[in-house]
Amino acid sequence: MTTAAPERTAADTRAALDAGLVTPHTRRSRPRPRALAVILRTLGPLALLGGWALASATGALTQDVLASPAQVAEAVGELWGNGQLTDALGVSLTRAGLGLFFGATTGLVLGVVTGFTRLGEELLDSAIQVLRTVPFLALVPLFMVWFGITETAKVALIGVATSFPMYVSTSGGVRNTDRKLVEAMRSFGLGRWAIVRTVVLPGALPALLSGLRLSMTLSVIALIAAEEINSTEGIGYLMAQAQNYSRTDILAVCILIYGLLGLTADAVVRVLERLLMPWRQAVQGAAR
Amino acid sequence: MTVTSTTVTSTATTPAVHLRGLRRVFGTRAVLDGVDLSIARGEFVALLGASGTGKTTLLRILGALDQADEGTVLVPPVRTVVFQEPRLVPSKRVLANVTVGLPRGAATRETGLEALAEVGLEKHADAWPATLSGGEAQRVAIARALVREPQLLLLDEPFAALDALTRLRMQDLVGDLVRRHRPAVLLVTHDVEEAVRLADRVAVLRDGLLVRDEPVTVDHPRDPADPAFADLRRRLLADLGVH
Repeated sequence: MTTAAPERTAADTRAALDAGLVTPHTRRSRPRPRALAVILRTLGPLALLGGWALASATGALTQDVLASPAQVAEAVGELWGNGQLTDALGVSLTRAGLGLFFGATTGLVLGVVTGFTRLGEELLDSAIQVLRTVPFLALVPLFMVWFGITETAKVALIGVATSFPMYVSTSGGVRNTDRKLVEAMRSFGLGRWAIVRTVVLPGALPALLSGLRLSMTLSVIALIAAEEINSTEGIGYLMAQAQNYSRTDILAVCILIYGLLGLTADAVVRVLERLLMPWRQAVQGAAR
Repeated sequence: MTVTSTTVTSTATTPAVHLRGLRRVFGTRAVLDGVDLSIARGEFVALLGASGTGKTTLLRILGALDQADEGTVLVPPVRTVVFQEPRLVPSKRVLANVTVGLPRGAATRETGLEALAEVGLEKHADAWPATLSGGEAQRVAIARALVREPQLLLLDEPFAALDALTRLRMQDLVGDLVRRHRPAVLLVTHDVEEAVRLADRVAVLRDGLLVRDEPVTVDHPRDPADPAFADLRRRLLADLGVH
């Protein structure tokens, strides 16, 4: 292309500016280095840890209130060394995992049924909504009467607690399924179950995963409730004992473990999001 | 590649778009590689190109939705875009979609209703976007673009998703509306006939450059049977690689 003489171009540009034209301002999302995101993410927890260490070192935080980070690390070594920590962790994780599995599965199935079929919604939804408002902590005495001081009582409590968030998210996600897509699949001869599998569940996955996130958090909370009341092993038992001997270092260890469990649950869901929804990754950030 | 600068016959007129040496690179590929384009105030320019030639990218740069890597880009402060899809907010009624982002008030409501009346949808002001047909939704999108009284109207293949009959009707509607409001218009399309029917000037984008930029001299009303129409159409198709 022949470009006009430079001085003419400049004159044109000046004329355009004189006519009140402006350079368009674009909001551009710059790609950020991954390392920066990781650093920013770890900054918050590190600041908390630093504040704790500082408060302990200056004497603002005495040992009878909360042990210092160094003492807590020592306690971890001690508990790890005599095997108490691994035992307690194993027992607690099994309880939380089993409860979560049963609870989330129940919530998922009920959610799909009420979200996808009108009969299911009319029949089940109001009953579940009533049950949902019962605080699960109120069930502890009842479960003790029913199951005694057994593993079943604890797993059942966690299951009940975790099923409701999963149910609410699932039925909501399923209800938002693209009706046109369902119609199209029906025209290709897919049955009900096949439609649920190929269209409804994949479409509801974001809602399912946010439900799972809530359920995982709640499973840890229910675990604490179940273990605090009556148990002879597990992290809750460890805590109850530490409380008796005023061992704030062990108490801090247990609290940190609960926190780490929550963090791990979050990471698990993030990984699941990536694994289960590869089609989302393909779209993200790809400008037309 | 030499292009005669028959383009700006009216250097005296006030410009609405001023592009010089515009470059936009995706990865290693320069989609726009030194494009020069001027559009005068009130002028209707159609930009043709095969898919993937960067015509939408050019439009997005003018609409501040994308950024130029190099070159001078000057546009008027008030610009609006009509996209290929209507892009209406599903949770807002039709009138609220037209006046979205404008200051609230009785006057805004009035101008919104007027704009809807212009596209023949004043009766649908309280309808939800999901209840409209494709053509109706696109008419709402046009009303939304015009209610802001833009100095530059950017049309990104606005008729591509419509059926053939609706498309013809919509082209007439847009032609009418543009004649009445006189914004500068850049219509991006791959429909040669549409370009010749509506535009004052047609440009063809190929390999990152404007390989043609010439005024449409066919008399109004433009009839595809007119030999001048057919001749221009043939030349444009040749530019696009269709013979």
